[in-house]
Order: sequence, then C-alpha cells, then structure tokens
Amino acid sequence: MNLEALILLLYVLVLGSYLGFELIAKVPPTLHTPLMSGSNAISGITIVGAILAANEFGYTHISKWLGMVAIILATINVVGGYAVTDRMLKMFKKK
Amino acid sequence: MNIYIQFAYLIASVLFIIGIKKMNKTSEARAGNQLSAVGMFIAILATVVQVEALSLIDIFVCIVIGSAIGLYVAYKVEMTQMPEMVALFNGFGGLASVAVSLSDYWLKSQEKSVDIDIITGVSIVLSIFIGGITFTGSMIAWGKLSGKVNGNAIIFGGQHPLNLLLFVASIVASALAVMYQAEPIYVLILTALSLLLGVLTVIPIGGADMPVVISLLNSYSGMAACTTGFVLNNNVLIVAGALVGASGIILTNIMCKAMNRSLVSVLLGGFGTTTSSVAAESGSEIVVKEVGVEEAAMLFDSASSVIVVPGYGMAVAQAQHVIRELCELCEKRNIDFRFAIHPVAGRMPGHMNVLLAEANVPYDKLVEMDDINDDFSNTDVVFIVGANDVVNPAARTNPQSPIFGMPILNADKARTVIVSKRSMGKGYAGVENELFGYPNCLMLFGDAKQTITKLVGEMKEM
Repeated sequence: MNLEALILLLYVLVLGSYLGFELIAKVPPTLHTPLMSGSNAISGITIVGAILAANEFGYTHISKWLGMVAIILATINVVGGYAVTDRMLKMFKKK
Repeated sequence: MNIYIQFAYLIASVLFIIGIKKMNKTSEARAGNQLSAVGMFIAILATVVQVEALSLIDIFVCIVIGSAIGLYVAYKVEMTQMPEMVALFNGFGGLASVAVSLSDYWLKSQEKSVDIDIITGVSIVLSIFIGGITFTGSMIAWGKLSGKVNGNAIIFGGQHPLNLLLFVASIVASALAVMYQAEPIYVLILTALSLLLGVLTVIPIGGADMPVVISLLNSYSGMAACTTGFVLNNNVLIVAGALVGASGIILTNIMCKAMNRSLVSVLLGGFGTTTSSVAAESGSEIVVKEVGVEEAAMLFDSASSVIVVPGYGMAVAQAQHVIRELCELCEKRNIDFRFAIHPVAGRMPGHMNVLLAEANVPYDKLVEMDDINDDFSNTDVVFIVGANDVVNPAARTNPQSPIFGMPILNADKARTVIVSKRSMGKGYAGVENELFGYPNCLMLFGDAKQTITKLVGEMKEM
C-alpha cells in the first residue's frame, strides 16, 4: 500500500469515527444493550476479509484454514448478533 | 478491485450508518437493525461474487456452520445472560480479526513470498495485537460473568510491571515481524503475547467493573475490524469498525461516569478487595425495621405515586413478571407507577431495560436517573427490588465510603422506602448500605418473587 491509499483510508476512519460518536451519543440508554449486540453484528464485517483470505489457495495452505476459521467466527457474530438484537427490540413496546 | 463491488460496499456502509441513526428512537430501532442486516448481506454477497467460483463450496459450508451456531445462541440465550453473550461475541470478533490478518501475513510472506510493504505490515501486527487481546480478554470476562472463572479481582505482586514488560516485548516482536518476514516465528510470538496480555489485563478487574470491561472490549473488537480494513485496503471494514469502536468508547465512558471511576483505575483493577476493611471500621451495626406483606400492601394501596428501583437481584429472583402485575394493579387504582433505572443497574449498559421489556413493561414507564431524581422527594412509596449500591446515600454523604461520589438514585428522599431483599447481605461493591437504617425505610425480607407474589395477592383482596 502506498501513502496515498493510506491517507484515503485515514480519511474514512476519521470521518467514520466522528459520525459514529455523533450518532451513538444520541442512542437512548434504554437501547444500550441492543446497541452492543447490534455492534457485535456489525463488527462481524470481518467476514468480508475472511472470505477473501479463504479464497487464495487450496487446503494445503495455512492461509486457507485461517480464512475458513475466520469465516465461521465472523458469521456467528453477524447472524447471532442481528438475530438476538432483533429478538430484543421486538420486546420493546410502548403503552 | 471491481467497481461494482466497491459500490456495493458503499451501499453497505450507508445502510450501517442509517441503521445506527434509527437506533436513536426506540420505535424505529428494530427497523434500523434490519437495515443494518441488509447492508451486511449486500457486503457479503458482493464479496462472494467477487471471489468467483474457486472455493464457493467451503465458503458456503463455513457460512452455514457459523449461521447455525449464531442462530442457536441468539434464540437460546436468556435475557439475564446477555452480558455473557456480548462478551463471547466480542471475543469471536477479535479472534476473527487475528485469523484474517495472520492469514494475510502467512499468504504473502510464506506461501507467495511477496514483500509486505511497511504500511500493510504495521496494520497486520496492530490487527493481531488488538484482536488477540480482545479475544482472550473477552473469554475471561465471559468466564467471570457466567461464573466459570472466579469473579473477584485476581491480583498478584508485580502484575503491572509484568504487563508493561509483555507490552514492550509485543512491540519488539511486531517490529521484527515486519522487518524479517521470511521468519514466521516473530508473528507467532506476537500472537502468543497478545493472547497472554488479554488474560492478564482482565483478571485483576473485579465483578462490579464488568459493565465497563465489556463495553471496552466491544470497542476493541471494532478497532480490530478497523485495523483489518487497513490490512486489506477495504473501506467498508473501516467504516463498520469505526462505528463499533465509537459505540464501545461512548458506553465505556457512560459506565465509568455512572460509577464515578476513571477508566485508568478500572483497568488497573482491584476494586472490591480493599473495601471490606473500610466498611468494618465504620463499626456501628445498622438497625433495620421489618415490614410484613400485608402492611406493605396497605402502603401501596394508600399511595398516590410509586417508583420501583430494580437491580440485578430482581433478575436473579426472576421477579420482573410479578412486578409488572404489581404495576398493573397500581395503575387500576390510579396510582402513578414508574421505574427508575440507574445506568449501572444490571451487568451491562441498558440491561435492566431489556429485562423489563421482556416482562412486558412498556418502555415509557422506565425513566433514567437524571430525569427522575428530583421526583423522589414527592413520591409516596419507593420500592427497591434487588438494588443496593445505586441507592446507597453514603455515595453522597460519606467521603470514607469507596462508592463516595458515585451518582445515585435519591430513593431515601421518598416518604416511605420499602426494600425487598433476601437477607442483610452487602451489595456487589461489598459496601454497607446505611439507607436500610433510615427511619423511613422498611425491609421486606425474603425471595423477591415469592414476597411480591404474596403482596400482589394481598392487594387483589383489598
């Protein structure tokens, strides 16, 4: 990676973090538990990297196995995280 | 990289952001979560399309295995166990980042023998380091929360110098891993060191501080995903990771403020081990007044306003459903009935709200500390169920108390305070509660679920 690409990625990081702080500070405390389980799901985005990693070589290569392990772990986060968050948010009812 | 894939990642990022934005309103939160899930689906689909058919089968098999485990956990977990589940998922996120970065390092340095440039190299070692700490740290937090590991702070001499030494060693190993890529031993040493550091940094943190720790580890799991984004030059990982990282930091900050603790003192650990001696010195036994179920029912019946202060003890006794019944009975009598929620009630941020929502308590009845604290002084009955430290007036009055300065619910200012409690045990922080000896405080001893069921029965007959 060259410096130019790094700067672009840093832009994304800084603006994304700023947006995150602005948006999440407004989430009411009532929803802090679903917020945490929901962010578990979002951090499962690593699955994108895992799929790329598992795709380079065949079973004789260590990188393949590491990638496959990562896919399983990240999918647990994605599917489990969204499902449990939905289950919780379904329970929140107004009178 | 294909422009369509990039475009799909952009859409996914936008959906994550809109999803979080919708979390700002309780009524829209569910739709927000679903939007975020759609974004994730688009990102995954685009990636699968991009990699082409080379190994679609085993990617698919891994996704099916992960989905099955995820769904099983999501539908089986009890709401009381949410903190453990979040801790576990934080750990999985961390380990996934370690695996992806290690895989990338191995692929380039060992299998393809191409040179890893310095920026990517630094990203890889950072991702492994943060991810490794997140993984084992979360596993210890999970063990402590679920009772599989001793929940007390584990402290030994030379702990902090040892951690510092391991940290410095990690930096050295990182530098060597980036410089000598043909030797895989350095990156493996770095992985081992980060896993060890995760264990060592969480074991000295006591049970009472767990809400802070899981919030912080949540943030770490986001940062790990972020650094993985730098490894792979991938924007969607950075956006998603930044959102999660920010969320974890905000929650960590809220938890620290609500306990009047600095993050540094939480991380250095040891809370809850030195406090017992302070409490013992204060000496004088607290004399309490008991109240029976009948009398308590009469107090509720004649009140015009009631505030319930729930704590984790309520969840342990599974008393939330019968409290909802009490709430309905009171509302039939036109008694104003609300719940006061302290930010650290329960074992994680917002835990009490989820437990009460599960028991069908409408969320507009749950009021935050700052919004309700002025109302206690003109409230007839405050009913404390399984909460302790969050209503201890010593936090306001006694500079010697270990919880001095912590913001509390002003339950003691109400006309009558009824405390449902199993016995005269101490709170999670191990501190005596002088509220129990106040003249306006009555103790309703016994299992919360049983006594409140009797109380509801009495009220029905009135």
